[in-house]
Amino acid sequence: MTAKSDLPQGTLDLLILKVVALGPVHGYAIAQRLQQVSRDVVQVPQGSLYPALHRLENRGLLAADWNETETGREAKFYSLTRKGRAQLETEAASWARLTQAVGLILGMSEGGAK
Amino acid sequence: MSWWYRLWHRSKLEEQLEREMRFHLEEHASDLIARGYEPEEARRKARLALGGPEQVKEECRDARGTRWVEDLWQDLRYAVRTLRQKPGFAAGALATLALGIGATTIMFTVINGVLLRPLPYADPGRLVAVSGRADALSVAGFELQRLAYYDFLDCQRESRSLELGGWVFTTGTLSEPGEAEHVVEFQASSNLFSVLGVPLFRGRAFLPEEDRAGGAPVVILDYDLWQRRFGGNDAVLGTAVVLNEKRYTVVGIMPADFKVDGDEPDVYTPIAQNTLGYMQNRGIHPVGVIARLRPSATLGQARAEMATIGFRLAQQYPDTNKNRNFVADVLRPPVGEVRSTLWLLLGAVTLVLLIACVNVASLLLARAVSRERELAMRVALGAGRGRLVRQCLTESAVLGLGGGVLGVLLAALGIRPFVALWPGVLPRAEEVGLDWRVLLFAIGVSLLSGFLFGLAPALRAPSRNLEQTLRAGARSLAGGSRRLHGEFVICEIALAVVLLVAAGMLGRTLLRQSALDPGVDIHNVLVTRMGISPGALSHPEQIRAAWQEVLERARRVPGVQAVTMVDTVPMRNGTNQIGYWTTPVEPQESKKPAVLAASVSPEYLKVMGIRLLSGRFIDEHDRMGNQSVAVIDDVMAQQAFGGQAPLGKQLWIGMGSDPVTVVGVVSHVRQWGLAADDQAQVRAQLYYPFTQVPNGMLRRWSELMSIAVRTGVEPRSVVASLRRELRGAANDQVLYESRTMEELASDSLARQRFLMLLFGVFAGLALLLACIGIYGVMAYLTSQRVPEIGVRMALGAGARDVMWLVLRGSLGMISVGVAVGVVAALAAERVLARLVEGMQPGGVSAFAVMIPVLVTAALIASFVPARRASRVDPVKALRQE
Repeated sequence: MTAKSDLPQGTLDLLILKVVALGPVHGYAIAQRLQQVSRDVVQVPQGSLYPALHRLENRGLLAADWNETETGREAKFYSLTRKGRAQLETEAASWARLTQAVGLILGMSEGGAK
Repeated sequence: MSWWYRLWHRSKLEEQLEREMRFHLEEHASDLIARGYEPEEARRKARLALGGPEQVKEECRDARGTRWVEDLWQDLRYAVRTLRQKPGFAAGALATLALGIGATTIMFTVINGVLLRPLPYADPGRLVAVSGRADALSVAGFELQRLAYYDFLDCQRESRSLELGGWVFTTGTLSEPGEAEHVVEFQASSNLFSVLGVPLFRGRAFLPEEDRAGGAPVVILDYDLWQRRFGGNDAVLGTAVVLNEKRYTVVGIMPADFKVDGDEPDVYTPIAQNTLGYMQNRGIHPVGVIARLRPSATLGQARAEMATIGFRLAQQYPDTNKNRNFVADVLRPPVGEVRSTLWLLLGAVTLVLLIACVNVASLLLARAVSRERELAMRVALGAGRGRLVRQCLTESAVLGLGGGVLGVLLAALGIRPFVALWPGVLPRAEEVGLDWRVLLFAIGVSLLSGFLFGLAPALRAPSRNLEQTLRAGARSLAGGSRRLHGEFVICEIALAVVLLVAAGMLGRTLLRQSALDPGVDIHNVLVTRMGISPGALSHPEQIRAAWQEVLERARRVPGVQAVTMVDTVPMRNGTNQIGYWTTPVEPQESKKPAVLAASVSPEYLKVMGIRLLSGRFIDEHDRMGNQSVAVIDDVMAQQAFGGQAPLGKQLWIGMGSDPVTVVGVVSHVRQWGLAADDQAQVRAQLYYPFTQVPNGMLRRWSELMSIAVRTGVEPRSVVASLRRELRGAANDQVLYESRTMEELASDSLARQRFLMLLFGVFAGLALLLACIGIYGVMAYLTSQRVPEIGVRMALGAGARDVMWLVLRGSLGMISVGVAVGVVAALAAERVLARLVEGMQPGGVSAFAVMIPVLVTAALIASFVPARRASRVDPVKALRQE
């Protein structure tokens, strides 16, 4: 098992928004999806998933609905609101800018040695 | 999903949260089972992965943002529950607080109504008082005067920033319809009511063409007069009333309680219809002025403008207006010395409230100590310290608010009796009542006192040594709180000392002042204001004849031994201060010494029982045309002539151009009242005969006259026969404001008596509360020491030793408290000396009397627990360990 890194501060919300943007989904599925997509590289603590979901719901970025799953059980499904979509776009953009800038800096230190 | 929704649908959310968690765990577990785990192991792993469902739930609840309300609600229910478990404690604390908060609220209600409430006019913030200021006259308290009528008209015409309304105070006789009656008459400019922004209750205000010399005679009636004399009948509009022998048509009625500058006159007439000489003289200043700032004008502009107009008038009319200017200032309620009385009382009552708070604090603290184990248990179970402090404060806030509600009820019941108790007239009394400000104040005071008395117990919420606390029994915990309890007792004693000593000092002052000689024989003297027939007022000779007849007729009334006229009666409101000089050259106004002048008739000395020191008093021969004479008192003799004999000396008092000759010296009279006379600015007195008042001034003087009679019987009993005898041929001469000299002397101490009464009540309350507090604290501390006492007794201590042990502890606290209190009382003494007339600081008798009282009471309060301690059974006490 490779060493997993913790999620950088504030990125959990962004990841949740991104996963939910693909369509209505319940909490357990979000946890599964995050784990699969990140290929076990980042540690998503399940314990902080639900408080984050509830916080996003209370801020109006997510909407929640009780529906049946494929197996016929009732679960709470989260979906993105309009406000949530706008938030996802701005946060994704700023994340991209940040990683680009970090990448540039890291690349420069090697290039400078040439 | 709004915050409110989340708050109100807590249980639904709670249920959903539970389902969501269960779903997650079950899904995860079934996935794990599918991968081949044992069901039991799968469920365990799922729970581990989630990291403890309860903890996750807590965090989800926090995310709702409604947590603090839920906590508060929980704390509130908990507080009410614990209070209900100990009804005795709750009742005692609530009653103590209700008393303190109620008394404070009553005082604030009065202050609010009298001092803080805006004046009952439209947009009172834009109203401005305009007064005249003479640079020459700089006697403290008399800097500002009213305006001369012509000056008023000039200001009114020229001002761009102010609309000025004015009035002249005068009195008259309303003789028809109905019985003749003395009335207070305001002669008002036609715009006065619109400047104040008060619409008439019925009818209309004066028209500009009525506010003119020779305009149609119209009158506006006060609401009370209208009710009293006309039964509140609208039909009176348009009919005629006879005022000062002249028929006026009623055009309007003012609304109830309408006042101008604190006065509520009976009738209003147009100001310009008064064409008497003094209205045309710029040297006489009868016009009160209130102005409204015009839209977009500022007070600064108004001030500058008034100063400019004043400067121009001073140049144009140097004889009368030199060194005279006009000032504009924000209109304030005319409340006088009531202001300082009220703040003084609020200060005293706050001390009582503080004692009440300290009492409740020590009760709460005692309870907090016995609950220490419970609190430690809570901390061990995961409660944060902040949470515990919050819970303790919630509990005291509940107590505080409960006391506040009861206190407001007390205040609502007590405010009317309190206002009725006020000596004399409380200005704006009709505006005193509970309103939102008072409620806000009461809530604020309740919460603040809740915070105050809750703080000490709350801060004791355990933070460290948890296990020690949990392991120890209750017995070993008392030590830590003993010091704090002691400090509470010290505070209470100190506060009580301040109030007791203040009450003592007021009492001493009152005793001393009651024993003062007023300078007149106050027994069997009746004083009553009087208006002679208005028909006589237009001719000086008729005025003189009318008064002569009044004196002769009054003397014939059975029971009357002597009768005199007098304008300014000793110890009654109203003096006539004039400047005098002793050489023919008239000095500058500011250089003239002042004297209290009284216009009297020959029997004045006999009626008032004043001693003649030398020469003679005014007699029947001092008439117009004879030598002008005056009689002075010993104070003036010393002030004007030093050591020289005053008889035969000449004085100029501005009464015509001739001097008056001093023909006699009499003893000093306490004109300003028993309390105030010693500290008055002007004390010298001068008497001159009414018969020698110049013709031009006679009418005004006549309006101000009273008569005084010395009787051989109870003075009140002659009022009716005097009134009948003096009614006059036209049945229109009236007596009003009849008082005995004894009443006037007693009233002159009314403020001191009232203050002493209230301070006495407050001090008694403080003493009682302090004793209850000491008893409570000593009883508690002693009960905590029972095991220790048991050990002492087992080792051979006797009952006396144990009693001494307890009493010594309490005596220590008491003496520290007294020491602190004496220092504070010395400071309070200085405040009282500034605010109360005739109060002389430096007396030790108040301390000498009051402190033993306090110490005795406090020792008695601690004696009961001490005796209980001495009867401790050592065997039982040790077994209790």
